[in-house]
Amino acid sequence: MADALILARALADPQSLALDTDWIGLITTARAEQLLGTLAYRLDGLPLPEDVALLLADARASAENGRRAALWEAEMARRALAPLDCPVVLLKGTAFVAAGSLAGRGRSIGDCDILVPRAALDRVEAALLAAGWEWVKPDPYDDAYYRRWMHELPPLIHRTRDRMIDVHHTILPPTARITPDAAALLADAEPLGNGLSVLSPRDLIVHAAAHLFADGDLAGGLRNLWDIHCLIDDHGSDGLAARAAHHGLTRETARALRLCHRLFDTPVAPEHRDLRGGDALYLRRVLARDDWGRPIRPATRFAFYVRSHWLRMPPAMLARHLWTKWRR
Amino acid sequence: MRYRAPDAAALLTAELDAFTAIFHRPSGITHLLASPAREILALLGEEPLDGDMLLARLADRYDVADATRDALAARLDELVVAGLVEPL
Amino acid sequence: MRHQFTVRIGPIGFRVGSDWAAPIAALQDLYRYYPSPNLPDFTVRLEATHWWRRWLRPSIRIGGDYMLPEAAPLPLGFGLLAAEMAMNLQLALGGRRYLLLHAACVARDGEALLLTGESGAGKSTLATLLAARGWRFLSDEFALIDPETGLVHPFPRLISLKNAAIATAIAARPDAKLGPLLVGTPKGDIRHMVPDALAVGAMDEPARPALLLYPRHGFAAEKRGVPPAESFVRLTQASTNYVAMGEAGFTALTRLVRAVPAQAIDYPDGATAIDQVEALWRTR
Repeated sequence: MADALILARALADPQSLALDTDWIGLITTARAEQLLGTLAYRLDGLPLPEDVALLLADARASAENGRRAALWEAEMARRALAPLDCPVVLLKGTAFVAAGSLAGRGRSIGDCDILVPRAALDRVEAALLAAGWEWVKPDPYDDAYYRRWMHELPPLIHRTRDRMIDVHHTILPPTARITPDAAALLADAEPLGNGLSVLSPRDLIVHAAAHLFADGDLAGGLRNLWDIHCLIDDHGSDGLAARAAHHGLTRETARALRLCHRLFDTPVAPEHRDLRGGDALYLRRVLARDDWGRPIRPATRFAFYVRSHWLRMPPAMLARHLWTKWRR
Repeated sequence: MRYRAPDAAALLTAELDAFTAIFHRPSGITHLLASPAREILALLGEEPLDGDMLLARLADRYDVADATRDALAARLDELVVAGLVEPL
Repeated sequence: MRHQFTVRIGPIGFRVGSDWAAPIAALQDLYRYYPSPNLPDFTVRLEATHWWRRWLRPSIRIGGDYMLPEAAPLPLGFGLLAAEMAMNLQLALGGRRYLLLHAACVARDGEALLLTGESGAGKSTLATLLAARGWRFLSDEFALIDPETGLVHPFPRLISLKNAAIATAIAARPDAKLGPLLVGTPKGDIRHMVPDALAVGAMDEPARPALLLYPRHGFAAEKRGVPPAESFVRLTQASTNYVAMGEAGFTALTRLVRAVPAQAIDYPDGATAIDQVEALWRTR
């Protein structure tokens, strides 16, 4: 069955695309995986059928607007938090575009994710609320759940700009079986010169790997792996293993490298060039999208969904969570 | 406290009868401003000013003589919330 | 997908995939004189809500490149409506080449009249009545403004007639080709009408916006000039992609409201509205 491998190959090696490519299948898959802007930049300048070139030019313009809006959200957060004099580290898509990473080229960016010291969380929350952000949902169960078990504040949305901000104090929930060194993430973050910073190049990769494997159900997995490929393209992977070990994320980081190498020919150390046990299942999951943009392989998807909750919570809590969600 | 506004290159403007439509390039947000907000924005775009200096320039340059300090503070607050003006 | 259809409506190409044959057959019949796109801009999916819903009380989930999470499924009997809604949704949420205004549009001698207003203002009906009097029909739903040229591009999809408008439109165009009467949809009774041959044949010819009207149905005949700033605000609200278009949207819209005169008109019935429109057009 056709899956998203066509998209992975197109991103990895745009020159390999033949003129008689199934363009609409490729474009639809890329849209569904939130990678159309990325694809559009990868194919920029190559000889393409005229309609394809036009459609991709629209996608680039759209991504550029998105980039601008994401940077502006970061700037507004900076202004709101500047009086607190605490470090504010941009994460994920916003960080990639702010740092000028290849991973930011054409990337779609939803929420503004920031990392702040846990000790500053209450002050950050108060400052954001004073500057026009509001709670997204006033649901007491969800709120208590977030505060007790999550690595971030419940999501806030800005009253007039209608954009969400996620305030993290670390990169994995406290209930996860791994506890990354949040203090080291903050200490080694690299200043952007405007009062904001981004994670160090190694931590960017480790965070992306953690997000992909230890936290999520692999929704958006292909985009996350592409992020990692680009981050390695930016800065190489020297010192990565040691840093991953420091955060307790050796397994996740190594798996990300193996999958990236398989999907995108990412240059990795020799020990990461062959797939290992379980990798094939991950590949099946991140490529589970057909040329009509439909999610495929429901059993694989469900397995990863359950796994994501399993990883995040002890079993009794998982039951309580699913029960409370189900009753509503 | 002094205030700063983006320079003219960051703004795209179109006069629409009594209003000025402004496209703020760094944010991609459109604003519709009336007097004296657009004059405030123009003055602060040239150089950062504090409230008193701004009041004086408004009277001097645009003949906005009836602006009180309170009214000006209210307009400035709105512009700050909108992200068009930044307190320094 | 199992059943497929592609169509180009003005500058926008769609491909529609369906788990059932019936919606595709209806589209093929009603869009038979429309061209096929080289590359569809958007993909629409009409999918069973669950696998067994393909056969048992078949229920269509509207899917595609862009989706609304809260969109309610429709019964298979409303398949044509589902397809039309889904195509509109793709353009509304995903269109980036043109500034999209929620407006009906007709043209005469290469000059366009835009009718914008909330649902129920009678845009579709007025556009159909004007087309029956010799105006070229461009669209009953979206005006596509090209930021480069300021021209409005036709989007002559099927005209979506609701409730009382169905009889009015058929009376004006008794020989028009019609889709099935869909009784009791979430929007009331709906019937699709195929635009006339002129509209379909000239779907690649844009027109220059010359008059902007804000019609309101059910009031005594009245008109009022609308200043550019008010038009600007109303049209940002009537646009589905103004914000997403960024600077290009701002440029296109400010140019439009400064160049084109605008009037709000109240009208009691279609015949009066036509007279009002013709009078305003002569003195624009």
